[in-house]
Amino acid sequence: MSTVLQDPQTTETPNYLNAEYGWKSWLLTTDHKRIALLYLISISVMFALGGVFAMLIRVELLTPEGDLVNSDTYNKLFTMHGVVMVFFFLVPSIPATLGNFLIPMMIGAKDLAFPRINLLSWYIYVAGALFAIAAIVMGGVDTGWTFYTPFSSTYSNTFVITAAVGVFISGFSSITTGLNFIVTIHKMRAPGMTWGRLPLFVWANYATSLIQVLGTPVVAITLALLALERGFHIGIFDPAIGGDPILFQHMFWFYSHPAVYIMILPGMGVISEVVPCFSRKGIFGYSFIAASSLGIAIVGFLVWGHHLFVTGMSMYAGLYFSLLSMLVAVPSAIKVFNWTATMYRGSISYATPMLYAFGFIGLFTIGGLTGLFLATLGVDVHLTDTYFVIAHFHYVMVGGMVVAYLGGLHFWWPKITGRMYPEGWGKFSALLVFVGFNVTFFPQFITGYLGQPRRYHAYAPEFQVLNVMSTAGASILALGYIIPLIYFIWSLRYGKPAGNNPWGATGLEWTTQSPPTTFNFDVTPIVTEEAYAYAKHEEAHVG
Amino acid sequence: MDQQFDSATFGMWVFLLTEIMFFGGMFGAYTVYRNMYPEAFASTSAYMNPLYGALNTAVLIVSSLSMALAVRAAHLGQQKALQICLLITMFFGICFLVIKGFEYHEHWVDMKVPLFGGHWNYSEAPQFAHQAQILFCFYFFMTGFHAVHMLVGLGIMTTIFMMARKGTFSPTYYTPVEVSGLYWHFVDIVWIFLFPLLYLIGHTRHLV
Amino acid sequence: MHSVTPVRTYVLIWVVLTIMTFVTYGVAQIDLGPFNIVIALAIAAFKMTLVIWFFMHVRTDSPLTKLFVFAGFFWMAILFVFTLGDYVSRAWMPGGKFW
Repeated sequence: MSTVLQDPQTTETPNYLNAEYGWKSWLLTTDHKRIALLYLISISVMFALGGVFAMLIRVELLTPEGDLVNSDTYNKLFTMHGVVMVFFFLVPSIPATLGNFLIPMMIGAKDLAFPRINLLSWYIYVAGALFAIAAIVMGGVDTGWTFYTPFSSTYSNTFVITAAVGVFISGFSSITTGLNFIVTIHKMRAPGMTWGRLPLFVWANYATSLIQVLGTPVVAITLALLALERGFHIGIFDPAIGGDPILFQHMFWFYSHPAVYIMILPGMGVISEVVPCFSRKGIFGYSFIAASSLGIAIVGFLVWGHHLFVTGMSMYAGLYFSLLSMLVAVPSAIKVFNWTATMYRGSISYATPMLYAFGFIGLFTIGGLTGLFLATLGVDVHLTDTYFVIAHFHYVMVGGMVVAYLGGLHFWWPKITGRMYPEGWGKFSALLVFVGFNVTFFPQFITGYLGQPRRYHAYAPEFQVLNVMSTAGASILALGYIIPLIYFIWSLRYGKPAGNNPWGATGLEWTTQSPPTTFNFDVTPIVTEEAYAYAKHEEAHVG
Repeated sequence: MDQQFDSATFGMWVFLLTEIMFFGGMFGAYTVYRNMYPEAFASTSAYMNPLYGALNTAVLIVSSLSMALAVRAAHLGQQKALQICLLITMFFGICFLVIKGFEYHEHWVDMKVPLFGGHWNYSEAPQFAHQAQILFCFYFFMTGFHAVHMLVGLGIMTTIFMMARKGTFSPTYYTPVEVSGLYWHFVDIVWIFLFPLLYLIGHTRHLV
Repeated sequence: MHSVTPVRTYVLIWVVLTIMTFVTYGVAQIDLGPFNIVIALAIAAFKMTLVIWFFMHVRTDSPLTKLFVFAGFFWMAILFVFTLGDYVSRAWMPGGKFW
């Protein structure tokens, strides 16, 4: 295929980046693409912050004794790591960055349905993040990111309310983003862009938005009740006066379980875009993947009790939640099979995004399968609150979601910036991430199974070797994140100019210039072909 | 314009979905505790005045009528009717909050406000003191969050009224009125449920 | 945009809503045991349906809007049913407590 070579010395073509200059044009923008970049920067900052806490945790766990920090400080470390990573990185990540940037373009629209609400959602996010950072700076929170009562409501001496307020506020950012996406996808598709022709990335974000809208308010009210209880010194969840801590857990996990699907579904959407492109083949089972996105969103709301198996919840409820937790694995498995079938007899190329996709499929599968271990009631009694759980969710969240996020960033970077990243370094970092990740987290399955408890700053000496290995892996993983940070910034000035469609991918976003103009399309596109029409395109192009 | 109307009303419904889940969470928690401590909750009924509750319900229902009529007036381009109906809606909204204020004051005097150290006293039925405290917390939180939503609603109505006075609305553009109407009706619906749950508990049962 | 509802319809709905409020209040004065709350909530649900259907124009709205309205209540029901289900089913075990 041909690429349009842009000579960087000549006048740059007008695009959304150079349309206006000055801080007001960024901080008061309503352009979804600029808002996506605002999010990209703030989310990256929070990711780095969460990563710092992770490194401190891993350094402490180099030795079996609690010698780097005392137990109270350690409690704060894992709490802040969790709060920052879950609420301020994972939940917003792909939807707020790639979703904001791409969804209007993918459906042939000029912007989202409510551009000013989109900007507001970023400001709300920043406000929430400032509260969280305030809690950290003032001395931290030590309740665990799950804020279980009565410790969080009555006994903890840390800045619980500040942190809870930060999370509460960030929830509204999530809700408004989801609301915007739902209305946009329903009402603003270009002519010919039927539901059956939508890119699967859009389907995935649609399903994600449904979860955001239906689930987030419940954690909002839960944290509000917690903050009120703590602030007014009254009891709602305090067992000493008849409150029920299990009720808190029910309400908390009603959101927080679907929240993990908020985190993973957009990642799956990225993979559904990357795999067909680098297999030069249409996606296998389009309608099954679309339906399973919705399936995950819906069934994901029915399984939260699997976080309460050992709390004294009724056994019958346990049976029900266990069964449904097994069922929720089915739509995810369908996707994995379909991606694999897409690659079968495809013409595979090994560009960096595809390497991340390979990593995702393997690591997400491992994470998902270990989730089945945990869904099994009897086994969960042994594994709960051990490192097995930690390894499980890091496999799906980091090995799945973060890997997909990196893959998506690499895939769409040329579109977003008009520049290519250096491919050699890209492949190298992907390798570092994969190796580093596995060395970090696989040993944790073993130590967890053997009994190392989570959230303890000390452990039995026989686990040391595996913990050292885990920390070593974390250093490699960290390097794998830092290198792309450097070359992405480098590429802004020195990267090879990318054409409109360096990958030869299908999708409306690739028909626009790189970087796109402010309103994306000069003329509203009219869609006439199905999504992922790679076979047709291959016939049209030579080589 | 039609697409904008559709998108805006759809967007407001999606937002109301989040409100259903927000209040729903509170209602759920309340239901759990109410069923856990039925006698304690029944004992609190002596302090909930169903007359206030019924009056407030009637007030909000009237305001919903006037709101629906306001939206209709906007749709038909009847500027005067629109402004009058908006004012009536706001008037009844304020009535609601005033009545609520009287209620809260009575609770304060009766020492039934657990939120501030000194104003809680349940010596009439001390065996229920702890559980009753939970109920009263929920009473204040549920009616409190509702009242906050009412205040926001009044703020929105004021803005809409100002826009109406400037002649912003016409039969081809009255989207903000419709969308605000949806919000207002929703706040009314929350109260429709709060009334039986909080005010009509065990009014026929005797204190144990 | 959709058709205009006549004033009469709105007033009629208002009358029904007000009457049902009185009924709720009146029924609460009679001791019907556990049915008091059932009836009160049933009436409230009926009133809510009227407000949604007529005042909020869902009657003339698209199937999509109707679906979303239904979904909201369905989701709230999920939260209720499975949380309360836990509490209720604890009593089914020997030694378990109802609440």
